[in-house]
Amino acid sequence: MTRLGPGLILALVAGFAFLYLPILALIAYSFNASRLVTVWGGFSTHWYGTLLANEPLLSAAWLSLRLAFVSATLATALGTLAALALARQGRFRGRLLFSGMALAPLVMPEVITGLSLLLLFVAADVERGFWTVTIAHATFGLGFACIVVQARLVGFDRSLEEAARDLGATPLVTFWTVTLPLIAPAVAAAWLLAFTLSLDDLVIASFTTGPGATTLPMRLYSAVRLGVSPEINAACTILIGFVATVVIAASLLLKRRQALGA
Amino acid sequence: MAVPYLWLGLFFLAPFVMVLRIALSDAATALPPYAPHFEGFAALRDFLAGLDLENFGLILEDPLYWQSYLYSLRIAALTTLIALAIGYPLAYAMASAPARWRAILLVLVILPFWTSFLIRVYAWIGILRPEGLLDMALAALGLSDQPLRLLNTEAAVLIGMVYSYMPFMVLPLYATLEKLDRSLLEAAADLGATPLRAFLTVTLPLSLSGILAGSALVFIPAIGEFVIPDLLGGPDTTMIGKVLWTEFFSNRDWPLASAVAVVLLVVLVLPLALLQRARLARAGEAGGAA
Repeated sequence: MTRLGPGLILALVAGFAFLYLPILALIAYSFNASRLVTVWGGFSTHWYGTLLANEPLLSAAWLSLRLAFVSATLATALGTLAALALARQGRFRGRLLFSGMALAPLVMPEVITGLSLLLLFVAADVERGFWTVTIAHATFGLGFACIVVQARLVGFDRSLEEAARDLGATPLVTFWTVTLPLIAPAVAAAWLLAFTLSLDDLVIASFTTGPGATTLPMRLYSAVRLGVSPEINAACTILIGFVATVVIAASLLLKRRQALGA
Repeated sequence: MAVPYLWLGLFFLAPFVMVLRIALSDAATALPPYAPHFEGFAALRDFLAGLDLENFGLILEDPLYWQSYLYSLRIAALTTLIALAIGYPLAYAMASAPARWRAILLVLVILPFWTSFLIRVYAWIGILRPEGLLDMALAALGLSDQPLRLLNTEAAVLIGMVYSYMPFMVLPLYATLEKLDRSLLEAAADLGATPLRAFLTVTLPLSLSGILAGSALVFIPAIGEFVIPDLLGGPDTTMIGKVLWTEFFSNRDWPLASAVAVVLLVVLVLPLALLQRARLARAGEAGGAA
């Protein structure tokens, strides 16, 4: 079927309108000169200016970016190793438990993951802050990274690795020069996913953080609870623009790589 | 290869043991600061003897708790059904679209998921609040000049939940519908089936694993949802995630919060098992087709 009937076109238009109208409305109102959401006071970038002067919000954003960077890197490294173990070692002892553990954070309600990790940190008497949140984010990012890399490993041609080994490469050299470059797009996608998940998380961070480590979602959350403010619209628009740019750039890069046959 | 095992054992499995342990202890002894103590095996016996089911008793007795569980199940079920009703036609249309459109449509479904979850919920506050965008649009169209007062109602929670979890429903549905062999539909049509009958007897049964996977992916996290009912719902929309949050952060009753989490996990076991079955069924289908 290459032609869509009117019913299916309606389903597409209505579905995407539902997904995008709220975001577009938010972006439009970030340029509203009026403080009131109900009144359109003309085009203005005023709120972007006040945003740049909002020191607590900016430092929270910087903290979130650093935290997402470190936790995504940890999650990707561990998730890639987990995916390799699951794909390569066949039916080893505890495989079911292990794959269950790797995938469970995907569906586990955040309140439970957050609470349980906090209780662990308290019991181990660890000072809470940047590193406890990083560990928590790396733990739930691991599952997502594992799935993404595993999907790539399904269609992997193992004879390439065997050829490298036959030519005298050590397992480590084989991994770095053959395996990793071949699964690189999936590893990059996994990192990006773990990065945005960490950047977006409110609940787990709230549980595992300590004094002095307030992330951007935590700041946004308290601002949103206090009421709608055009300044938050501006912050959200920047975040949306940032994510959209990264995702579009990543998919274009991937397409080009595929076109080059890499 | 052992590193991820150790990591998961340490930071995923061990915490649950902690939750269980604290859920079984007295409020007085488990209040923060909660001193770490590693007892030997002799102490383990004393520890087991000292276990306390009081917190679980409280959850069973106080209607606040079990009503919150029931309400969470209700909201999660409604969210799943509405997401399926909107997501199925969307996924079907995407899978029927010309091949060169599909990749773009897929990115368009995932893109909102990559933008902040908090922002998307926040956008709905601006739409649903009295004299918000929805009221303005209805007034402009001459449909209604009365404010709808949707914010802080169950309807607002449902809208926010369906909106936030939509990609989880559409993606698995799209994956199964895209793989569907269209010649089966042609065969049904050749044999005289009406489009509706062909859909009901061919498409729907063949996409069942996608329906099941999508429903589980929406239903399971929806039960424990905290942010959406907190921001969009009113005082009557007390879901269990919010109860756990309040017990923990406001009442500082860690054992009770842990007990709430343990019961929530038990509630989740059935849908998790269903999800696992759907995954296995899909793996079986893929194996059979290869």
